[in-house]
Amino acid sequence: MRVLPSGTSALLLEVDEPDDVLDLYDALALSTPVGVVDLVPAARTVLVVIDPALTSLADTRRAVAELTPVAGRRTPGPLVTIPVVYDGADLAAAAAMVGADAAELVRRHTAAVWTVAFCGFAPGFGYLTCTDRTLHLPRLPTPRTRVPAGSVALGGGYSAVYPRESPGGWQLIGRTQAVLFDVRRDPPALLRPGARVRFVPERG
Amino acid sequence: MSRLRVLATGPSSTVQDEGRIGLGSLGVGRSGACDRSAYRLANRLVGNSPGSATIEVTLGGLRVRAEDGDLVIATTGARCPGALPHNAPTLLVAGREAHLGAPATGLRTYLAVRGGLLAESVLGSRSTDLLSGLGPTLSVGDLIDVGSATATLPGVDLAAVADPPGGEVTVTVRPGPRHDRIGVRGWAGLLGQVWTVTGDSNRIGVRLGGGPLSFCDSREVRSEGLVRGAVQLPPSGLPVLMLADHPVTGGYPVVAHVDDADVDRCGQLSPGQSLRLRPG
Repeated sequence: MRVLPSGTSALLLEVDEPDDVLDLYDALALSTPVGVVDLVPAARTVLVVIDPALTSLADTRRAVAELTPVAGRRTPGPLVTIPVVYDGADLAAAAAMVGADAAELVRRHTAAVWTVAFCGFAPGFGYLTCTDRTLHLPRLPTPRTRVPAGSVALGGGYSAVYPRESPGGWQLIGRTQAVLFDVRRDPPALLRPGARVRFVPERG
Repeated sequence: MSRLRVLATGPSSTVQDEGRIGLGSLGVGRSGACDRSAYRLANRLVGNSPGSATIEVTLGGLRVRAEDGDLVIATTGARCPGALPHNAPTLLVAGREAHLGAPATGLRTYLAVRGGLLAESVLGSRSTDLLSGLGPTLSVGDLIDVGSATATLPGVDLAAVADPPGGEVTVTVRPGPRHDRIGVRGWAGLLGQVWTVTGDSNRIGVRLGGGPLSFCDSREVRSEGLVRGAVQLPPSGLPVLMLADHPVTGGYPVVAHVDDADVDRCGQLSPGQSLRLRPG
């Protein structure tokens, strides 16, 4: 683990593997050092945000160094099932990229057990990873200015569901009625880092 | 219960408090007042408990009226011309209006009301996050409930605070996690020129115009967590300084950070103003 500078009120912890991020995030979430007010896991990093009135970066650095997350000890996150109608505008193009037909892409997308690696981009937007590397597709060359809420997409090596209408650059393969983010719900986000996701095909 | 009627909002007025803390892992940013010290002063002047909601006014233009009772109000931050004293608590008698003109220097003014504004609270905060769309909206005609004051008024007539300056502003920066992407030459370019704040700056970030910085390592950076004050360098080579409504994670390299103590002053930079970055 490398500790990178991130201003006067945060540390950026960098690890080598996406799985290490969740292990480190879990360890920090379970025994959060005093004065740490937020933890932001991402692709290879966990950002540790402190309240400088409560602690110092030096103390936080020491507390982080004492945490020794053990790979594989993390308990599997909750399993979330998301029903999907696979009729996205980019389904055929995405299937062609995979070297398969649409039905085969759907089969692979629903066969995989996805893990929420981290959230970002928008409230409740989870970056989902899986071990089937054929599903690691690139983003669109030109992003769309408007992607409908509930769109299920592949891009940047991840899968995701757009929680609300927004611009977006990923390939749209389907849509869901599932509510990804609701401020009246506790917790508001359906997908949290470490949660596992299965997509289930549904008729349109 | 006294209330505050919104009669005009100007270019951009939003409700702001300390923001949503600790929800970054769900993709929810902190938001909150851009100039936290001015925001906190406004609350102190009217005897509010910390974290009370205020109105953040961008380039003036806000007009409000006290309804159903008298209000004690105070403005801080950018000094707006008008009948109101600045950095001082004032009585706004029921039925009377307060109008904030456009400030000569500075960008953001905070209007605190004794008792705090009881605009809609979303996930523990009344802040409007313009990037994620969370929080209350402020529209002409709105009638905002005002809470009941618990603490006594501090008895301060006038807080001696300098107005946000016009002209060139200098803030301190330190290397960010990806400063190696621009190398020694890029770092010299970042510190060695006077940047200009561009007109597309907002609560998300201050966008800087000037001589584009070149990358010595242009590999893509994987998404990583951002903080307020981060100086991100998109492929254009023109830095973006993150403010209150910054995205939770970003995929462009963060090459520097403005010291937290200086970030509030960045929230007062107007389009066209000059910014110099000095090493910490």
